[in-house]
Amino acid sequence: MPKLRSLRDAVAEEVEDGMSVFMGAALESLIPFAAGYEIIRQRKRGLTLMTTISDMQFDQLIGAGCAAKVCGAWVGNVAAGLGHNYRRAVERQEPGPLAVENHSNFSMALGLKAAAMGVPYLPTRTLMGSDFREEDAFAGVVCPFTGESLLAVRAVQPDVAILHVQRADAEGNAHVWGNLGVTQDAAMAAQKVVLTCEEIVPHEVILSDPNRTLVPGFLVAAVCCVPLGSHPSPTQGYSRRDDRFYFDYHAQSRERAGFDEWLDQWVLGVDGPDGYLERLGSERVADLEPDGNHMAAPVSYGM
Amino acid sequence: MVIAAAREIRDGERVFVGMRLPLLGFAVAKELHAPNAIGIFESGVVRDWPALEPIFTMSDPPNVAGALFCCGLIEVMSLLQSGRVEMGFIGGAEVDRHGNLNTHWVGDDGRRLRLPGSGGAADIATLAGRCVIIMNHERRRFVPRVRYITSPGYGDGAGWREQRGLAGGGPSRTISSLGIFSFDPATREMQIESYHPGVTVEEIREETDWPLSLAPDVTQTPAPSREELLAVRKYDPDGVWTS
Repeated sequence: MPKLRSLRDAVAEEVEDGMSVFMGAALESLIPFAAGYEIIRQRKRGLTLMTTISDMQFDQLIGAGCAAKVCGAWVGNVAAGLGHNYRRAVERQEPGPLAVENHSNFSMALGLKAAAMGVPYLPTRTLMGSDFREEDAFAGVVCPFTGESLLAVRAVQPDVAILHVQRADAEGNAHVWGNLGVTQDAAMAAQKVVLTCEEIVPHEVILSDPNRTLVPGFLVAAVCCVPLGSHPSPTQGYSRRDDRFYFDYHAQSRERAGFDEWLDQWVLGVDGPDGYLERLGSERVADLEPDGNHMAAPVSYGM
Repeated sequence: MVIAAAREIRDGERVFVGMRLPLLGFAVAKELHAPNAIGIFESGVVRDWPALEPIFTMSDPPNVAGALFCCGLIEVMSLLQSGRVEMGFIGGAEVDRHGNLNTHWVGDDGRRLRLPGSGGAADIATLAGRCVIIMNHERRRFVPRVRYITSPGYGDGAGWREQRGLAGGGPSRTISSLGIFSFDPATREMQIESYHPGVTVEEIREETDWPLSLAPDVTQTPAPSREELLAVRKYDPDGVWTS
C-alpha cells in the first residue's frame, strides 16, 4: 500500500474502532484537526483519545460520539474556557459515557518516552502530592541507588499517533519546527504514525536538513497532503491561529443543539478537507497567512 | 493582577510562564525591571524577549518566532525537575488556605462539574523553586480545603511537602483580584499581605471561605506606576487581558 494517500483513505485504513489515538502532540499548535474531522465523518467509535493538551479537538470528537475514554492532561478550549461536550460526557454521559485517565503534561510525556525507549516505566519527581497519582498509570517506586521515593509512570503506547507537520516526502520522512511538545515522543511511542502535512516535498529536501527530520518515514504508515490541516490551530510558517474559530465554537457548543449545528456546518456537511477550505472562504484563508518571513539562517552540512 | 505578577519576576530568573495573565506579566517584567529574565513555556519554547505580538496561547507563532530555544516538552520539564527553574505561575478553579489548587472538578448543588485538568500546572506546582498563584477572588474559589488536589501547595500545612518528597519550594504568594497573600512560614497558611487600592481587608475576608489572618505589616498594594501601565498597554493594546 502506498504511504501517500488521501486523508479519507488513511483514516479509513489506519484508524479502527476501539483504537487508542494520540493527537495534539505539539500542544496548542499543529493539532491535526482535519484528521479529527475525518474521524468524525467516518463515525469511528470507542476510541481512546490520548493527549497532553487537546485544546478543543477532543471536545469535538467526544461530542460526536467517537470516544470511549480520554487519557490526557487537559481537555477544554485553551483560549475560551471549558469544553462543553467534555463536561456533558463526564457529568451526564451525553452522548455516551466517557472514562477519564488523568495525567499531567510531564507524566504523559514520560509515559510516551518510556514506550519510545522500550521500557515499562520511567521514574519522576512530579505529581508526588497530586490526588491523581492514585491513577493506575502511576505507582510509587524506590530508587535502587539512592533510596529516594519516586513516582513511576507507566509506558503509554498509542495504537496510532496522528501528527500534523510542515512538510514530508512521499515516504513520510517529516520536517517539523517550532514548539515540539511531545511530537517526537508520540511518534516514537506509537505502533504507527499517520501524518498530515502542509506540503509534500522531494526526498532531497528532507536529506538537505536531517536535524529537522523529527519523524523518520519507516515509523509512518500513511502521509496525507492537507494544507491548513491544523486549522484553526497554527502551523509555524504556514498559517496563523484562527482565534475567532475557537470563540465561535465555544459559544455555539454551549448547548447540544448548537453543537449539532456546528458539526453539520463544519464537519458532516463538508466534503473533506477541500470542502472545509471552501467553507472557510478565500478571504479568511488569506487572513491566516503569516506576515513577514522570519527565515532561518541556512546551515552547512559541508563535508 | 498583571502588574502584581510582573513584580514577582526577579531579574535573571528562569520563569515557567504559563497562559493568560502571566504571559503578559512576563512581558511587562522584561520591559521594566527584569530584562534578563528567561521565559519558559511547556510547549517547548524558551524566550529571552517577549512574544512579537499579543497571543492567546503559548504555541502561537509570535511566541515561537525569535525564540531562544525551541524543543520538546520533556526538555523544558527536565529543566524544571532538575531544579533550574526559579519560579512558575499557576492558577485554578479553587485554592485553599494552604495554597493547594484544584482544576479537576468542583461541586454545584451536589453535582460534579468537570474542569479541564492539570495540563502542566501540577508539574510546576510540584517542581518549581517557588510558585505564584493567580486567581480571581471569589468566596466559592477561596475555600478552606480544595475537594481535589491537582496542583499541590502546602497540603495540610507545615512539613507536608517535605514528607511527601516534593522537590519544589511551594507557593510563595497568591495574587488575587482583591489583594496579595503570603504564606505564614510556621503554619504555611495563606495570610493577607496587601489589599489592592480601593479594597478593604473586610471585603477580602468576606470573599474568602475561611478566617484569613493578617501578615505582619499589612499594607495597601502599591498602585501601578505610569511605566507599568504603559508596558501593559504596549503588550495588550486591545485590552484583551486587562480591560
